[in-house]
Amino acid sequence: MPKTALIVDDSSTMRRLVRFTLTEAGFEVLEGNDGQDALDKLTATPGGKVDIIITDLNMPVMDGLTFIKQVRSRASGRFTPILMLTTESQESRKAEGKAAGATGWIVKPFHPQQLLTVIGKVLPL
Amino acid sequence: MNLDMEMFHQTFFEEAAELLADFEGGLLRLETAPDDLETLNTIFRCAHSIKGGSATFGFTEVAQFTHSLETLLDKVRNGQILVDSGLIQLLLESLDQLKALLEVAQGHASEAPSSLPLLAQMDMVIESVEGGASDADGVLWRVRLRFYPGDDVLQRGANPLFLMEQVAGGGHITSLECDISKLPSLKDMNPETCYLGWNIELLSEKDTAYFHEIFEFVADESVVEISAVDAFAEASGQFDQIAETASVPDTRETAKEAGVFVGNPEAAIAPSKTATVAIASAESHTLRVSTDKVDKLINLVGELVINQSMLNSVIQDFSMAKLPRLIEAVAEMERASRELQERVMSVRMLPIKHAFGRFPRLVRDLAAACGKQIDLQTSGEETELDKTVIESIADPLTHLVRNSIDHGLETPEDRRRAGKGVTGIIALHAFHEGGAIVVEVSDDGRGLDKERILRKAIERGMLSATDPAPSDETIYNYIFHPGFSTAERVTDLSGRGVGMDIVKRAIQGLGGFITVSTTPGQGTRFRVRLPLTMAILEGLSISVGEEVYILPLTSIVESIRPGRGDVRLIAGATEVVMVRQEALPLLRLYQIFRSTPIVTDPTQAIIVVVENEGRKVGLLVDALIGQSQVVIKSLETNYRKVSGIAGATIMGDGRVALIIDVPGLVRVSTGRLEYTSAA
Repeated sequence: MPKTALIVDDSSTMRRLVRFTLTEAGFEVLEGNDGQDALDKLTATPGGKVDIIITDLNMPVMDGLTFIKQVRSRASGRFTPILMLTTESQESRKAEGKAAGATGWIVKPFHPQQLLTVIGKVLPL
Repeated sequence: MNLDMEMFHQTFFEEAAELLADFEGGLLRLETAPDDLETLNTIFRCAHSIKGGSATFGFTEVAQFTHSLETLLDKVRNGQILVDSGLIQLLLESLDQLKALLEVAQGHASEAPSSLPLLAQMDMVIESVEGGASDADGVLWRVRLRFYPGDDVLQRGANPLFLMEQVAGGGHITSLECDISKLPSLKDMNPETCYLGWNIELLSEKDTAYFHEIFEFVADESVVEISAVDAFAEASGQFDQIAETASVPDTRETAKEAGVFVGNPEAAIAPSKTATVAIASAESHTLRVSTDKVDKLINLVGELVINQSMLNSVIQDFSMAKLPRLIEAVAEMERASRELQERVMSVRMLPIKHAFGRFPRLVRDLAAACGKQIDLQTSGEETELDKTVIESIADPLTHLVRNSIDHGLETPEDRRRAGKGVTGIIALHAFHEGGAIVVEVSDDGRGLDKERILRKAIERGMLSATDPAPSDETIYNYIFHPGFSTAERVTDLSGRGVGMDIVKRAIQGLGGFITVSTTPGQGTRFRVRLPLTMAILEGLSISVGEEVYILPLTSIVESIRPGRGDVRLIAGATEVVMVRQEALPLLRLYQIFRSTPIVTDPTQAIIVVVENEGRKVGLLVDALIGQSQVVIKSLETNYRKVSGIAGATIMGDGRVALIIDVPGLVRVSTGRLEYTSAA
């Protein structure tokens, strides 16, 4: 069974890039254009969860940190690996993300292969 | 330094000596089979163990040296460095250095040559394959990884097991330990909390960064330590093991102290020296005994105890009806105690390979030094000998082997000319022979040159040119005379004319003797006959008047009762007895020991013919009592030296019997004979 990934970003370019890369790697890809949209998509998924979530932090409606906290507060999302996309690799953002429950991070811009490498660190492929 | 540590020093040194012997053996095997991984592993383990021990006990220099050696060997083992003659030479030299360092550590030598040249050489070889960068990808190293995840990593979607899998993907895990000590009881456990920690060691070609990368997302809240396995960390680990096996309660604390001061070489040097001096004197008093032997002893003592209670029950309310059972119990006890005696003696016995071990290396070095090709053959290495004998025989044997290589074996050209194979053979052969051990050192070389020995003997005034030619045996025995050497040039291997006489004296000191036989063009064989043990003697008890004496069985040729015409006086002073057409000096033991005999007429008495160094003497005694094993007690330590007496023993009935010093008696009597015949 293919693994499912949820990519949450307000930039459609970024979503497309991630979708392209992950589809190539054999993932089913779901998309959310902000935190709230992504939560809705999750709810609609069978079992209420995906194998990995990749989320941006700065988004309208619901930002990434809130989204992560929301996911972690759901029983189905407690142990899902969550990678956050950051433009600035500052420690403060990472710490905030981790405090919210993120598993790891990837710094933009990234090469498609780098994304797969980082996913490989949190999810057995 | 703590006393508890010193207890282990001796064990360490003994173990180190064994390891070095294995190391040396391995190196020599490696020379002929450079690809033998098993051998490589063996020598690596030897270096590794010595390193661990030396670091633990604060022998810093040894530890540092073996550390480099181990690093080098590790690369050899992994195929990064090829085994060639240069490498073997380097390893052999390192071995010698290591021996020297250990001598110093034991307080046997005051200083060793500097290790620096060898260390530099080793570094060069190591660096040649490392290209200078020691932790770049592609170089195999031993990684120690400690990972104690933060409590809440699970709640952030991290998966420690998956992280471990990634670690495993980075190399070959050699040890993995999951620390569950923080795991609470089930009722206190939060299933979403991570309580576990991991200690992993692996061989990897990945660099440190690779491993840090794996833990990138959990590094902040977790303990992640990545280090190279090094000498000192490992050593203290090893000490923990020693401490456990020895079950000394507070050595663990000591181990920690040791770990601390090992890390500080300056501080370590002084205390370790004082400690080793104290040990050096105790060395010869310890003995490593296989547990097998000890188990057998315990077993036998157990049998004796059972036996005793059996006897007790028989003796209580004894009646004649119980006699068969009493006899049976006594017989049983006799068997057990005899076996116990044998076993106790065997505790002191070691296989002679302890003495043979040094020869492969010696032969190899000498062969190289004198340009000869030599095949060393040994047999009977498992033959057991008393520890004292083994320790004392190693040097004389070494001298014999050197001598055979230097003087006995020809150069390859000479051998070819003589129609022999170019490779000469040196054979060491040990075996039992009638209550004694025989060690033969033989070569297939040119044999002793009878003419030259004779010439030399005359030159040195050992006999006169006008004397009738002595027997071949006598001629060959001149090589054992002090100051005799036939070597045409003095080499650094052997042959300064000191040696063979010293060899002979050393062997006699052990209660043994040496003979030589030779066939011109075919070789020479030295035969060393040694007593099994120095503490026990196979003896014949004889009586002279009221007294009982013991004659060492090894020196007895035969016992006879002479006929009327067999006893004669020579030059009106010296009594001789004719035995098989041979006139032997007759010694009346009662005269020598001034006791009152029962029999003075030789035809009514017994004459025991004893031999030493090929000279025979007849001893006049009253009667033969029987053969038995006696435990030698020194007369010298308990009383004083008495000429003609080698020691004393306590007989079964509690009386003291003196052991006769046959070589001494023979010397005195033959000297007297020569004196009287000259007069």
